[in-house]
Amino acid sequence: MDFNYLTAITFLPVIGAVLIAFIPGLSPRGVRRMAAVFTLIPLALAIIIFVSFDRSAAAAGVIQFEEKMRWIAALNAHYHLGVDGLNLPFALLTAFLGFLAVLISWKIDLRVREYFGWLLLLETSILGVFLSLDLLLFFVFWEIEVIPMYFLISIWGSGRKEYSAIKYVVYTLFGSAFMLAGILSLYFTTGTLDMIELSQKGLAMVQSIMPASAIFFFILTAFAVKLPVVPLHTWLPDAHTDAPTAASVILAGVLIKMGGYGMIRLNVSMFPEVARHYSLLLVILAVVGVLYGAALTMRQNDFKRMIAYSSISHMGYVLLGVFALGQVSLAGAALQMVSHGLVTGLLFAMVGLVMHNAHERDLRKLGGLARQVPIIAVVFSIAGLASLGLPTTSGFAAEFLVFVGSFTSGIVPGIKVYTILGVLGVVVTAGYILWMLQRAFYGPVLERFDGTPDADARERVYMFAMVAGIMLVGIYPAVVTDVLKLGISPIAGMLGG
Amino acid sequence: MAPELIWLIFFLPLASFVVISFVFKPFLKDKPRISGYSTIAAISGSLVLSVLVLLSVIAAPEHELLMPDINWVIVDGVVIHLGLMVDSLTAVMLLVITVVSLMVQVYSQGYMHGDPGYHRYFAWMSLFTASMLGLVLADNLILTFVFWELVGLCSYLLIGFWFHRKSAADAAKKAFIVTRLGDFGFLVAILALYASTGTFDIAELHRLAITGALAGTTLAWAAIGIFAGAAGKSAQFPLHVWLPDAMEGPTPVSALIHAATMVAAGVFLVARMFPLFENSPEALTTVAVVGGVTAIFAASMGLVMNDIKRVIAYSTISQLGYMMLGLGTGGVAIGIFHLFNHAFFKALLFLGAGSVNHATGTFDMRQMGGLRRAMPWTYATFVIGALSLAGIWPLSGFWSKDEILASSLAAQPALFYLALATVLMTAFYIFRAAFMTFGGEYRGGNGQPHATHPHESSPVMVAPMVVLSVLAVVSGMANVTGGFARLLGHGEGHGFIEGFFGILAHPLPWLSLALAGLGIFLAYAIYGAKWLSAERIGRMFSPLYTMLYQKYWLDELYENVIVRKILLKGIFAGLERLDNKGVDGVVNGVASGTIAAGRGIRRAQTGQLQLYGLVIGIGILAIVLSLYLAR
Repeated sequence: MDFNYLTAITFLPVIGAVLIAFIPGLSPRGVRRMAAVFTLIPLALAIIIFVSFDRSAAAAGVIQFEEKMRWIAALNAHYHLGVDGLNLPFALLTAFLGFLAVLISWKIDLRVREYFGWLLLLETSILGVFLSLDLLLFFVFWEIEVIPMYFLISIWGSGRKEYSAIKYVVYTLFGSAFMLAGILSLYFTTGTLDMIELSQKGLAMVQSIMPASAIFFFILTAFAVKLPVVPLHTWLPDAHTDAPTAASVILAGVLIKMGGYGMIRLNVSMFPEVARHYSLLLVILAVVGVLYGAALTMRQNDFKRMIAYSSISHMGYVLLGVFALGQVSLAGAALQMVSHGLVTGLLFAMVGLVMHNAHERDLRKLGGLARQVPIIAVVFSIAGLASLGLPTTSGFAAEFLVFVGSFTSGIVPGIKVYTILGVLGVVVTAGYILWMLQRAFYGPVLERFDGTPDADARERVYMFAMVAGIMLVGIYPAVVTDVLKLGISPIAGMLGG
Repeated sequence: MAPELIWLIFFLPLASFVVISFVFKPFLKDKPRISGYSTIAAISGSLVLSVLVLLSVIAAPEHELLMPDINWVIVDGVVIHLGLMVDSLTAVMLLVITVVSLMVQVYSQGYMHGDPGYHRYFAWMSLFTASMLGLVLADNLILTFVFWELVGLCSYLLIGFWFHRKSAADAAKKAFIVTRLGDFGFLVAILALYASTGTFDIAELHRLAITGALAGTTLAWAAIGIFAGAAGKSAQFPLHVWLPDAMEGPTPVSALIHAATMVAAGVFLVARMFPLFENSPEALTTVAVVGGVTAIFAASMGLVMNDIKRVIAYSTISQLGYMMLGLGTGGVAIGIFHLFNHAFFKALLFLGAGSVNHATGTFDMRQMGGLRRAMPWTYATFVIGALSLAGIWPLSGFWSKDEILASSLAAQPALFYLALATVLMTAFYIFRAAFMTFGGEYRGGNGQPHATHPHESSPVMVAPMVVLSVLAVVSGMANVTGGFARLLGHGEGHGFIEGFFGILAHPLPWLSLALAGLGIFLAYAIYGAKWLSAERIGRMFSPLYTMLYQKYWLDELYENVIVRKILLKGIFAGLERLDNKGVDGVVNGVASGTIAAGRGIRRAQTGQLQLYGLVIGIGILAIVLSLYLAR
């Protein structure tokens, strides 16, 4: 491989950020265009590797587009990037939403340079997390992500933005501290930071300075905060609600997926035995999250907060699929993350539009908007239906795989009952989604929203792109699962489920 | 028949939906009629193909066409064979759906004339028809579930068609959520079946149930789960509450929902999965009991409604109960035969209700009356539909209803008496509606100028009613000599398949005819000739009347007590408090605790060297002392 695709994908956004920061006399228009270019190229490259990715059965567990060089010799740390079936879909999703986030932010006019600088740095850090195969590199990207998000929320946010921003930072660092302890224990136990090597070796054989289950939970804590797992979730509604629209899209779309991805990549594949041992506990937490999140969603009156809470419920399905530990359930969990990224990303983008155009976010005061903003209403409805798992949308394909995979997984005792409780969540989901649609868009037309502009041409581009993604994955899920299964089958093989 | 042609039955209306949504609506905004034409053309095409399918199924051995599959791998381990299942059940359903849908679409051109949502209406009607056709063609449970949900989605969209009305938006939401409650059971059943058999394929599941490889509690629970889904869609007690409200949609939509699509889906599903029910006595009994109870329960509420569409809506629920009772006691042929006949006369009755609404501007029968002179065609066809519904020989409803009575008498005598009582109620409520609407003198409609002189609807609306009224007379002939039962293959030996007049040699038909006649006579006595005062009777049975009029307070129980009080203001609110005060309280508590601790410890940093020296001294003393003691 002559061209370093993954390095280019990861670092082009931050190069854009640096250029935006230092080119003198750049107009806001120039800044936006620059940001668009430096996110569009990584997207194009990500599509290229997604298309040329070897999907044959022989490629299962094989790292493709690998780049590896010595980084810190004393620590045996490497600059090591690569894609297998597990992380490629997330890298593509990040590049996709990263570009759309620029389009979504087009109407930002406060401190434009700074805003796009942080946004592009954010994209690089998330891509880095998904593409790193070295634990230290992974951790560095993981930590960098907090900084741009802090500024994006606290400067361009709304409501109690400073509180939400600092809450986000403290929560994340709380998790990171545990993860660092976990990573160090792993390193001192095994002498390597190579994620692939660690998962292939099998830690049970290695003499450990610390019980494997302690390391498992150290690392899990960081991911459980991020996903989030109830009861570590209370940062999410505040951060999502108070963040500017594009940051909410990125947060819900890809950032919280770092948690689910990390659980599969680190916890399950490096500690299969420990994962089996504690799977019941985590499955119960998953089902609690599904139902608890859905119940709280029903109680919200703020348009954005409602979607934020729904994410907690939907991420419960991810946790269920991951710790049901079956091949199909793991694929379902990963697909659910991809699907949720598209669907909830779109929901946040649409809510942002409603808030921007109608200047109202309280669902008790909204109503009848379908007449005034028909395009937004239709697209929001499609996203909502995908969120409640309507067939032909990605939401159905993903949730169905999670359910089938969990129900038939033989590893966790009583999994059938927990899965059925999880399925019950889809009834509540239908309730809050349709209620939300009704409160915002149906009912008598309100005079005060006359003249509210509908989506303009650029906004239609990103909303239709996301709708197309949702329908594509919904009708032909194999477009993603063909890739995912190559990353998941080796892990499932170790679990023996 | 070539499988491509059969796929076309589903794809034609789907294509119509796509073309209307993406070509006609954006680019031919001021030519709405083209959407109606496109829908009618597509469904006509499907109808022709459906007739061909029926003919080839009749000719085929075992009445089943074998179709090739396409493999649809989702992920390793979950492989779905995407394919068609074309047997006699499918063929009959295809015919019912396309005929009724075509009539409804033709009629809609008149009914929806001038509505600003004309394009949208026909787009969704096309999608609705396509989804239902897909459902009856699907050969595996996943595809079935996909179309099942799409049928639900289209109902949601069409019930809420006039979304700016709160009542319509409420009704749409209610329909979706209540049916989804049933779908929960269906989905769990699919999971359970897959977990124990490893297949989603319907024919394979049939085989396993028949051979006994799939049996016992798994089979029973799976079948009951499937029935929960069917009960949601087919509005069976206690999930029936959405259907009466669903009349908020345009009336032709109601005709389609009540006759051939949404509610038929549930009955179809039970028929499609019948071998599973047949081999699980518990499940079969559940179907019969729920059906029988629903039949009389819904009919009783139909007795007192004043809205013509509501009367017909409760009638639908009641008749669906009959179909379930027929399935549960007599098998596929008997249940589906009633679905087949009911589709035509019920669509007819709804189109009639739409026609009088067009003339009078209201659905309240207390404002109608006397329309027999102004609207002779509507009147005549409505009465034919009513006679058929009441089960008067030799109209279609008679043939299938008496089959159900006979099979329930043989299998579940208790349910037979419920069904028999329902016959009386049915005849009464539908002729009550007929007399209130068409008899006596006109009471002025909704009071608007155009309603003062009601007139007959346009030919485009009358023609479909005439076609359906012919079908409501003759469709029962399909089984006069048992042809329908033999075609569907499961119903041999039940009922009296003894010819047009031969049936009258039995006592049971005379009993049911007498009860139906009594019902019609009572309706005439109260609402036609007015020998008895309706108000007086209402007062005499005041508590009973209130209970029926309040729909047994079930809506109140569900919406106010369970959803609002117990869930929203009870459990969910409690969890919200727990989250804000408890979970987040701990988080914020840790933060403020840290700050408070910092503030406290800061006091120790006084900056006075004397104090620091003192503390150091005490510390040294303590260490020395402890070392000394430890020795």
